[in-house]
This record gives sequence, C-alpha cells and structure tokens, in this order.
Amino acid sequence: MPASVQSAGAEPAQPAPRRRRFVLTPYFFVAPAVAIMALGLVYPVLQAFYLALYDWKVGTSLANAPFVGLAHFQRLLSDPDVMESLWVTLRFGFWTISLEMVLGIGLALLLERPIRGASFFRTVFILPLMISPVVVGLIWRYLFDARIGWINYYLGFIGIEPQVWLGDPQLAFFAIVVTDIWQWTPFIFIIVIAGLQALPSEVIEASRIDGANWWQQVFLVKLPMISSILVIALLMRLIDVFRALEVMYIMTGGGPGRSTELLSLHIYNRAFATQQLGYASAIAVLLILVVSAFSLLILRLGNPMRGKSNI
Amino acid sequence: MTQTSSPAGAATPVYRRRNNGIFHYVVLIVLSLICLAPIWIMISTSFKPDVAVQSSTPMWFFFVPTLDNYVNIFGRGNFDRYLGNSLIIALSSTLLTLLAGGLCAYALARAQFRGRSFLANGTLLIRMVPPAVLAIPVFAIVTGFAIDADFVVLILLYTALNLPFAIWLLFGFYQQIPVELEEAAIVDGASPLQVFFQVLMPLMKSGYAVAAIFTFRIAWNEFILALLLTGRQSRTLPVATSTFITDTGVEWGRIMAMGTLIAIPPLLFTFFAARQIIAGMTAGAVKG
Repeated sequence: MPASVQSAGAEPAQPAPRRRRFVLTPYFFVAPAVAIMALGLVYPVLQAFYLALYDWKVGTSLANAPFVGLAHFQRLLSDPDVMESLWVTLRFGFWTISLEMVLGIGLALLLERPIRGASFFRTVFILPLMISPVVVGLIWRYLFDARIGWINYYLGFIGIEPQVWLGDPQLAFFAIVVTDIWQWTPFIFIIVIAGLQALPSEVIEASRIDGANWWQQVFLVKLPMISSILVIALLMRLIDVFRALEVMYIMTGGGPGRSTELLSLHIYNRAFATQQLGYASAIAVLLILVVSAFSLLILRLGNPMRGKSNI
Repeated sequence: MTQTSSPAGAATPVYRRRNNGIFHYVVLIVLSLICLAPIWIMISTSFKPDVAVQSSTPMWFFFVPTLDNYVNIFGRGNFDRYLGNSLIIALSSTLLTLLAGGLCAYALARAQFRGRSFLANGTLLIRMVPPAVLAIPVFAIVTGFAIDADFVVLILLYTALNLPFAIWLLFGFYQQIPVELEEAAIVDGASPLQVFFQVLMPLMKSGYAVAAIFTFRIAWNEFILALLLTGRQSRTLPVATSTFITDTGVEWGRIMAMGTLIAIPPLLFTFFAARQIIAGMTAGAVKG
C-alpha cells in the first residue's frame, strides 16, 4: 500500500523547502532500521516457514533432512501435546489478563489524583515490570519452595497445610498465574494512568456537576472514554502471553506434566529437548499465525504511525 | 472509592484534601509492600549466610549480613566475563537501536514517501514476533553457516527485536517537535543530517532516554535466545544464573546474589526516570 504521491504545487500554501527536503533522503534514513529488521526478524520468520516443511533433527545436517511438505501441519492439528499447550496458554492468558486488567485499572484509579506521595507510589508500582523474567522466576520459585518457601510458612498461620506448589499440576498453574500477575499488573497500570491523565478535566467536572457519584464517573465517563486504550492494552498483553516462557522455564520447566508448558516453551522443548527441529518450526508457524491475527486487530484499532506525518 | 459521599454540585475544587483519606493510603501502602516484598526478599537473601537461607522460618531483617554469596560468585570462574558479555551486548544493541530507530522514526514522522504506510504497518506487525519463534531458524542459520560470532548475532537480534518499539516511541516524540525549527535550520543552509544530529538530537533527549531504558532492559534481560546461542565463554548473566539451578539442591544464596546484580541497572533506571517511563510507555498508545 504505497503512500499517495503528492503532486507538486497541489498545496500552494506549503513553503518550498518542506517538499524538497525529503526527495531522496527518507530512504537513507529508514535504510539501516529496515535492513536490521529484515535480517534479524523477517528473514528468520520466513526461514521458520521453510524449516517446517522438513523433518530436521538436532545433530543432523539440514541438507540431508527429508522434505515432508505439509505433513507436520497435518500432524500438529491432531497432536494432543500441542493442543494441550495451546489450551494451557489460553487458560493462562484468560486468568492472568482478566485479573491484571481489574487490578491495574483499580491501581490507576487509586493513584490518578495528585495525592501526596503519588510519584513515589508510581515508581514502586512499576518496579516489578523492570525486573528480568529470569530473576522473577527465581524469586517466586524460592517463595513457592515446599520446604523453605515463605508462602507455606505464612499459610501455616491460617491453618493451611504446607503444599508442594510446583509439584502439583493445579498448584503449579496457580503459581505461574500469581507470578505473572505480580510482574505484569504494572503494565496495565502505566497505560491506564496515562490514559486517565490525558482525559479533559472539563468532562469529568461536568459529570460531577450533573450529580454523578464516584462509581458513575468511573464506569460511565472515564473508562468508556479510554476504552480504545484499554482494548489495545489487553491485546498487547495477549500477545505477551504468547511470548512468555522464561518464568515457566525457571520455575517448573513446563511441568508437572504439561500443566505450565505454554506454547512458546513447548516449541523450545520440542526443538531442543526432544530434538524435533522441523516439527517444532511448524508449531512456531502456528504461533505466528495466532499472534498475527491479534496484531492485525491492533492495527485495525489504530496504528499511530499511519498517515499522520507532519508533512 | 473514597469519594462516594461527595456532595454533587458543590463549588468545591475537584481535588480536596478530604479525598486523601487514611483508607486510601492504607490500600496504597499494602499494594506497595506486595510489589516490594519479593524484591526485598531477593536482595536480603543474597546477604544471608547459608544457615539463614535454608531456615524454614523467614527472616525479614534480623540476620547477620554477609558478603559470602557475592565473594563466592565472583570467585567462581568466568563470572566477571559474563557480566562483561552482558554489558557489551546490551549497550551495543541499545546504541544501534537508538541510531537506526531514531533515523527511521524521524523519516516516518516528517516525510511522505512511497512505501511509508507499508513500513509503518509492517513495523508494528513484526513487533509481535515471539522470541521463541526466532530460536529455531536462527539456530539453523548460525549452524548452517557455521557462524561463530555469538556477540554479533545476539546484538543484531536484540536490535531487530527492539527497533519496532523504539521507532514507535520516537515517532511520538518527533511529532511533538514543531517543523518550523527544521525549516529555519534549512533556510540557514543545514543539510538533512545536520538538522537531524545538531538541531533535533538535543531536543529529543528525553525521548531517547526512555527508548534507551526500554531497549537496554530487553537486551539486558533476554534469556532464551542467549541460552541457545551462547557458549561457555560467551554466556550472558541471565543464562549464567539459570545454570546455577540444578535438580540436586539449589544454591539460593548465590542465585539471589546474581539475581540482585542483574536487577540493579533496571531498578536504578526506574528510580531516576519513572515519570518519563510512564510518559514513554504510553506515547503511542494514548495518542493512537
């Protein structure tokens, strides 16, 4: 979709230098970034589509790998392990994102007003977001440890028996959900608070004068006004769920069973633990297709860079 | 939720002292503690002797601090090398991202050219590629061509992964700068590159700072590609840390010391630039 070419003199009000400045140079300006993204992202993704057509195993030469066509794709659609990982991913996404949205919006509403100490609290609330996922996984693995973990210790006070958190499928799933909520609620918080602060105060003032109470202001005025931001935040989190793997890799390795093996971790395990590189590529292609669908949805909702240059 | 009793229509200012009730602060403090406690537990554990670490009774503050864990990890082979590897890779990729991303964002913000909207949409679309998807093809490419340059490959990958976000972010900042500034410089005879580096760069300091923080954070924290592509000598800190977890006993004191070292740069950035981070994180989302 090429941009419309401006015909010279169509807008006589425009000063000459504006048009002349970027006759050839925009391509020089974008060239380095385009080259790096093509080499580091686009080429590998295309390569994944290609590899998915071969039955390639770790340790063997790719040149000798037999061509299997679309057989991998046929296989994965009825592969219970792949489907289970997809199901785990969707369940994980459902619980984490819905709870993070509620908590993040609540937190933003608490801190929206310029109260004393607001900037301190804001700083504290974004700290978890900045910590390396590997480190987050380590901390929470320590906290959930069955023997020396602090969680079992404090639950003992309210009469809950020590649990083997990371050794039981349901408890392990619960543990990674809690960990994800701790790390990612701040992301929703940041986006929502910036959105709330960008709202024109006259509108909210008007609704107050019309007699709206706090709940009505929030649910009938503020949240509807930032609904597009909320949807974009939700979709970005959804895409992040398909990227997540470090925390589970560190905390559980995907187990017990497949109870915490998200799709991206499944791809990694398939490729390098069970050594099926070709088949794992096919699963990666499935992942790309799922993520692209959500990405296109975001683009539909609004790409801020589309058609809004200053000229 | 402290405002439910507010009388409607009163000519009171929107933000009254009364709204900042004790309840409000209690909730905020409890939530802050939930955010901070795990971080504090990591840092304090890194200063605990093994007896305290292995104790089944949590010790929040009362233990005899020791530097043993830090001495131990620095004494172990190669730790300083891993730290250096992480720094070189993260800093190079941050610089490269800012340079290439800044130029690209500037062109997108200021020029209409054939392919512009394809580039704008495509950039946003490839922002979504999960690193796990890159793992296998990059492994294939590296082994296929027998490339033995872990650093170069990782720097290239991290730059590529970060560019879409950096472009998106810097685009928002460039849009806020009035075009007239550049026009004045051009009338004075400056070339496009001079305009970019000498006129705009200084004005974009805060934009570049935010982009640098986010880029550095991703490159510094990235795990799975580094795990796959680095060898014993070229490991980064997150990879080195993960190798300390084995099935037979976890050395928690040492691991928490490494975790603390990894967390220090991003935590420092956050304290110094929290305000800009909030602004930057949402520069695109809010205006979009």
